[in-house]
Amino acid sequence: MTPKSDLPQGTLDLLILKVVALGPVHGYAIQQRLQQVSHDVVQVQQGSLYPALHRLENRGLLAADWEETETGREAKFYRLTRKGKAQLEAETASWERLATAVGLILKLSEGGAK
Amino acid sequence: MSWLHRLLRRDKMEQHLDKELRFHLDQHASDLIARGHDPAEARRLARITIGGPEQVKEQCRDARGTRWLEDLWQDFHYAARTLRQRPGFTAVSVLTLALGIGASTAIFSAVNPILFQPLPYPQASRIQMIWYAGKDGARAGQAFGNFRELVARSRSFDALAVMKPWQPTLTGAAEPERFEGQRVSANYFHALGVTPALGRDFDAADDRLSGPDVVVLSDSLWRRRFGGDPSIVGRQITLNDRLFTVVGVMPRGFENVLAPAAEIWALLQYDQSLPVQSAAWGHHLRMVGRLQAGMGTDQARQELDRIARTPLPEFPRPPWSSMKQGLIVDSLRDDLTRAVKPALLAVIGAVILVLAIACVNVTNLLLARGAQRRGEFAMRAALGAGRMRMIRQLLAESLLLALLSGAVAMFVAQSGVQALVALSPAELPRAKAIGVDSSVFAFALGITTLIGLLVGLIPALYASGPTRQGGFVAHALVRAVSAIVPTRRARILLPPGFLTAQGGNRVIGGHQLARRALVVAEVALALVLLVSAGLLLRSLDRLFAIAPGFDAAHVLTMQVQVSTPRRFPDDDAYHRYFAQALEAARQVPGVASAAFTSQLPLSGDFETFGGNFENDNDPGDNHAAFRYAVTPDYFQTMSIPLRRGRLLDSRDMLPGPARPVLINEAFARQKFPRQDPIGQRLRFGGSDNRPWDVIVGVVGDVKQASLAVTQSNAFYVTTAQWLWADNPLWLVVRTRGDAASLAPAIRSAIWSIDKDQPIVRVNTMENLLTASAAERRFAMIIFEAFALVALLLAATGIYGVLSGSVTERTREIGLRAALGATRGDIVGLVIRQAMTLTGLGITIGLAGAVAASGALVTLLFGVSRLDPLTYLGVVALLAGVSAIACWVPAWRAARVDPSITLRAE
Repeated sequence: MTPKSDLPQGTLDLLILKVVALGPVHGYAIQQRLQQVSHDVVQVQQGSLYPALHRLENRGLLAADWEETETGREAKFYRLTRKGKAQLEAETASWERLATAVGLILKLSEGGAK
Repeated sequence: MSWLHRLLRRDKMEQHLDKELRFHLDQHASDLIARGHDPAEARRLARITIGGPEQVKEQCRDARGTRWLEDLWQDFHYAARTLRQRPGFTAVSVLTLALGIGASTAIFSAVNPILFQPLPYPQASRIQMIWYAGKDGARAGQAFGNFRELVARSRSFDALAVMKPWQPTLTGAAEPERFEGQRVSANYFHALGVTPALGRDFDAADDRLSGPDVVVLSDSLWRRRFGGDPSIVGRQITLNDRLFTVVGVMPRGFENVLAPAAEIWALLQYDQSLPVQSAAWGHHLRMVGRLQAGMGTDQARQELDRIARTPLPEFPRPPWSSMKQGLIVDSLRDDLTRAVKPALLAVIGAVILVLAIACVNVTNLLLARGAQRRGEFAMRAALGAGRMRMIRQLLAESLLLALLSGAVAMFVAQSGVQALVALSPAELPRAKAIGVDSSVFAFALGITTLIGLLVGLIPALYASGPTRQGGFVAHALVRAVSAIVPTRRARILLPPGFLTAQGGNRVIGGHQLARRALVVAEVALALVLLVSAGLLLRSLDRLFAIAPGFDAAHVLTMQVQVSTPRRFPDDDAYHRYFAQALEAARQVPGVASAAFTSQLPLSGDFETFGGNFENDNDPGDNHAAFRYAVTPDYFQTMSIPLRRGRLLDSRDMLPGPARPVLINEAFARQKFPRQDPIGQRLRFGGSDNRPWDVIVGVVGDVKQASLAVTQSNAFYVTTAQWLWADNPLWLVVRTRGDAASLAPAIRSAIWSIDKDQPIVRVNTMENLLTASAAERRFAMIIFEAFALVALLLAATGIYGVLSGSVTERTREIGLRAALGATRGDIVGLVIRQAMTLTGLGITIGLAGAVAASGALVTLLFGVSRLDPLTYLGVVALLAGVSAIACWVPAWRAARVDPSITLRAE
């Protein structure tokens, strides 16, 4: 397994919102999707994932329904609420701004600081 | 989802959480199996990666935000345990709070419908009472003649109506039954704004002499006596030997506040031609009116005043009914509450004091408990409990205490309301509408809970407050001093207050101060209540010391009535029946003497009648006086003394050319200040074609309306010589032994003459005397009860504070003892401290009592509101109680063993 990177504070919520935005999905699938898309860099433990899901549901960013999976089992499917969508857009924008800024700073040459 | 919803669905949430995590585990395992793992191995691996499921769940619960509620639940469990561990503290605080909350709820519940709630009529504020103003501006009944004039002339009212009491007897198929009812003019229900639920209202055309006999029934009478039969309307029933047609039934919720006991109404049916010598000109009716929409009481008052001042020839007024003093207009509510308002307001004041004392006491208890628990909370703080967590814990305890108190208070309030209704004087209006008022209950519970919450937080604030470091340093210093100067003189070397300020925790100083302030407050509040109760008690004493003008002992009274008028064709028939009844009563063994009178002192009824004297300067002078038509033995039977001339005797029962009349002393003094009244001539009933009546004697004054009312004029004639035959008459009987026990024998003696005639309102004169002071007695009983509670609470409060302070100062006292203080010194120290606080409380309380007594003035009688005896007595009582309350802690302090206390450090 590739060594996993620590996620910056608050990033997990953003990632979850993004994954859920693609369509109703249950917790296990969120975890799998994050791992696959990030090529195993982002590995979320249940101990972080589920409290985060419940917190987002509690804040009204996510809603949940019990539905059947293709294997016929009942699972809790999360979907994005209108509020969650707005939050995702806002956080994505702010993340991109930050990432650009951090990139700019890191690209400074040694002598450029003068 | 709200948090409440979430909490209530907690089990469901837990199931869902469990299911969600299990799904995750199973899904992970099946993925592993798909990748070629052995099923058992797959499950093991999955379980390892998921970590501790309980921890995940716990974190999810936290994320869900119901955590604090679940903790609160735990806090309540813990609080219940702590309260159970200290049953004494719990019982005393719950009882104290319950007493305060319950008593104030009961009182406000009783007072609310009377003083504050609107009366149960549409636009009740438009309903006014109109009284005839008597000579000194006192309220008097209206005469039918004046009513007729006002109806014709006044434009301020939608409806004007008059009423008088009526007690008809129903005969027919079942047992005869006598009802409380009213004779009213046709507009009565219209004035109240209520119409019958069944049938119709009275018709104005029927309200005339020998008009059709019609009645309206109350809902309760209709249901009780006629089985709620809807075909009752139009049926005939027999009342007082006459057939009455039922025309209507009042609605179920109709509350007749003007005569709460009345169940049946008939028309007044007076002679509209208003013969002067008839009851139509007696001032015996009450008048009620409904103002026109948009018309104010003041406008109506002005209009009626104008009418009263400008007599018109088409409305002749006899001299005693000239409306010279005008009319008195009051809103119905003011009229109803006028008599009881001072007493009720005083009682409200008293209960507020009790509630305040209860709050002070609970504050005290919680402070003492807080001091005891400082250790516990310091420990918890040391172990890492957050300040908020501890505050929450204490909140839970206070809330639980408040809930317990609330539950007990509910019982107190319920039984309090019942007791109040039972105790209430007969004139208390709307007694039936009294019930426990939930908003007042919530208010009282809320305020005590708030206090409990605030005060209960103190230990938590201590625990995170200043450290004890300072205390230790001071201790070391004191110990050093005592080692160097082990003599009695050390006590003198230490500056006053040094030991208390330095001897223990720094916070104790402020804390002790708060508790001392509470003792002062408690003594002051108790003093105000006790002085008020004392003043009322002395008033009642004075009131009963007043001579009513007759001897009430061994006098039995009852009302004898003729209810079959068809068998009594003329006045002579009435006189014959009453003469026979009187003779029958006289023959009963144990009867010393017996007599009839048309009105009985202190019975609650009063009727005046007008007349004029031969020597009047102005023939229009109004000489209304209480009218007593009596049989000659009345004066001996009541022991009313003769002052001049002679009494009435049996010769005066025969028709004669001139009626002999007795007047009372007050009347004689007013009308004949410098003349002999005997032989003076006067004429009651105002007709000029009658010969003059002659005053033959003057008798002592008798209290008619109430003991407290100053004397009014009165005149006496014999029943036989009065203008009409009075019916009913009051029988008064002087007995040789116990008055009440003769009632059955006298009743059956009268019934042996005619069993169909009702005998009602049987009572002893002594009871009537007591009842006439019922309102003051009512206020006094409540004040006494509250004063007793206040005294008890103050005593326990003083005791609690002092014993708490002795416990906290054990070290200091031990030190003082070690430094040579004798037991006497230490007892003196504690008692001096207690008495200083009591003295301060008494001083403040005295000022409060002087202010409070101002509100009591109308309830006081024959005693100054600054009565020194009462004030001194109460001060002595409180000082005594406080001395006893501090003796126990002082004695305990004196037994403090210095070697033990100092070694304990």
